[in-house]
Amino acid sequence: MAYDKFTILRSTAVPMNIENVDTDQIIPARFLKATERKGFGDNLFRDWRYNNDDTPKADFVLNNPTYSGKILVGGKNFGSGSSREHAAWAIYDYGFRCVVSSFFADIFKNNCLNIGILPVTVSPEFADKIFAAIDADPNTELEVNLPEQTITLLATGESESFNINGYKKDNLINGYDDIDYLLSMKKEIEQFADTRPF
Amino acid sequence: MLVCVKSDNFVAIFLCLIATREITEESYHILYTMSTAKTLFDKVWDAHVVRQVNDGPDVLFIDRHFIHEVTSPVAFLGLESRDVPVLFSGRTFATADHNTPTLNQHLPVADPLSANQLDALERNAAKYGISHWGLGHIKNGIVHVVGPENGITLPGMTIVCGDSHTSTHGAFGAIAFGIGTSEVEMVLATQCIMQPKPKKMRITVNGTLGKGVLPKDVILYIISQISASGATGYFVEYAGDVFENMSMEGRMTVCNMSIEMGARGGMIAPDEKTLNYLNGRDLAPKGEQWDKLVPYWQTLKTDEGATFDVDLTFDAANIEPQITYGTNPGMGTGVTHQIPMAGAVKDGAASYKKSLQYMGFAENESMIGKPVDFVFLGSCTNGRIEDFRAFASVVKGRQKADNVTAWLVPGSHIVEQQIKDEGILDILTSAGFQLRQPGCSACLAMNDDKVPAGKYAVSTSNRNFEGRQGPGARTLLASPLVAAAAAVTGVVTDPREFL
Repeated sequence: MAYDKFTILRSTAVPMNIENVDTDQIIPARFLKATERKGFGDNLFRDWRYNNDDTPKADFVLNNPTYSGKILVGGKNFGSGSSREHAAWAIYDYGFRCVVSSFFADIFKNNCLNIGILPVTVSPEFADKIFAAIDADPNTELEVNLPEQTITLLATGESESFNINGYKKDNLINGYDDIDYLLSMKKEIEQFADTRPF
Repeated sequence: MLVCVKSDNFVAIFLCLIATREITEESYHILYTMSTAKTLFDKVWDAHVVRQVNDGPDVLFIDRHFIHEVTSPVAFLGLESRDVPVLFSGRTFATADHNTPTLNQHLPVADPLSANQLDALERNAAKYGISHWGLGHIKNGIVHVVGPENGITLPGMTIVCGDSHTSTHGAFGAIAFGIGTSEVEMVLATQCIMQPKPKKMRITVNGTLGKGVLPKDVILYIISQISASGATGYFVEYAGDVFENMSMEGRMTVCNMSIEMGARGGMIAPDEKTLNYLNGRDLAPKGEQWDKLVPYWQTLKTDEGATFDVDLTFDAANIEPQITYGTNPGMGTGVTHQIPMAGAVKDGAASYKKSLQYMGFAENESMIGKPVDFVFLGSCTNGRIEDFRAFASVVKGRQKADNVTAWLVPGSHIVEQQIKDEGILDILTSAGFQLRQPGCSACLAMNDDKVPAGKYAVSTSNRNFEGRQGPGARTLLASPLVAAAAAVTGVVTDPREFL
């Protein structure tokens, strides 16, 4: 699945300072019945975003016109729970390209990297600074620089570096995915398979 | 001299010893042990690395791949758009479970979206020559129940599925974990995925479990102690006499919920019990082929001297029947306890209070006597024969409470048959319960088995997230014994009163 290349993203951000945001909240199971990858953004955070009668809940951040942008800033343990890639698809389809948290669940983080969303893990202190900055000025911009591996609050210049392995970084910058890589080593894999006892 | 070292630090310690000129025969021995001693996880992982990518993940070969209707359709679309075949169709097994109805499975599936996904699975399996156990097939059931019970799961394997509870198969000494749909496509196309090697954690529980304390209570207790994110980044090995003495079904329950503390997976060293469980199962190796594997399987244990990044120990005597009161599996406590005060928990107070508000609970309330509207026995966590035996042991000779709607859903047709053969069905029926047909059911409520908004369900499943069992539903995770006690009393009850 091809995705947009990621280099430097400068954007306002949407704050969601809630811990343990699980994938059932990001996309409830009843919306996993599609056989194609489209339209998942409409149901992103469905039950937090809409009332039972499908009217928007005014107090939910995605329904608040004050906040917008391509960066979602979440609380600790973001993306816990199920392995459904639909959660990452919903976030991407809604328009986010980067998710920031002080702590990500493993599978969710992998899923993001595999579809072209950059998960940026920051220190809890820097996460607090981001939330405070957005709180003070919802139009404040963040810059996420993948080649330099930095995230910066542009208003103050405060910056922090983040980790990503070189392989995944190259993939995101070039828009490659793992299948391209794996298909290129098919012979090696077939030889390896012959050595397996089961 | 050396008390506890990490194998990663081998070189550093060696250099340190050279510097201090302490290299004696003894230290050579220690160094040798350190350099070769491996954990169970290391042994299985290292045997599957096809290539190590520079500054990147390992290319990991996958022995067995399970697929189901929900997370596979887009992966097959990906294959089509790349015009790539399935590399080893015999290594992938398909079963329908997430969407399937649990009543009247002989009729067409009423929900058109579910029917469409089930059809897509069948079509894709047929197109690529993948074995498919669809609705109505004698071997159909929940993927993590049917894999082991048919001998597809074996010690020393790598096993993946687009489902986070794939960790279940770790009970057999396999490295098993959930993957996303992009990775499902990778496995179909290349039988490999690219994964950084996780860190290692060992969780040891020693002692004897008290009356009425089941494997589900052991894992809920562990998660309550280390939190829903306490093992994120780690692969867990469960050790100690509690797990050694546990049945295979119990070990599956424990490994199943490894993901609920954030771990990628959990595993238990295979032993005689493991091999006895698998030997003779339909798709397990037979005869000479089996005999050849046994010596290899016997090497699958953590070597003395091997080290873990984190080593945790718990005492079985501290574990009582558990129940959760919040909206993540770490929010659990002993069934006779009170709901903790916000100040006493690790999570942020705001998130904690939001969680209790969703549940309609308050700090310091007792869990005993809380009202119960629904009881769900089933899922890949507790949908096996032992779970139905435990449930039946409490409801035998009693009656279902009038205020409770109970959904009893076996994990597979094989479990369903065992329930009938052992006379458990008669006990359940006499007590006013109905046995439904296999599937994931109310665990994630993709089918019609949905708990209505605001209602309370004591559930033997694995997640108590907001809306997990239906929009607005409130879930209390517990063991089959706690579920049975709630089913006959209509309120949260200590099951030990009935044993």
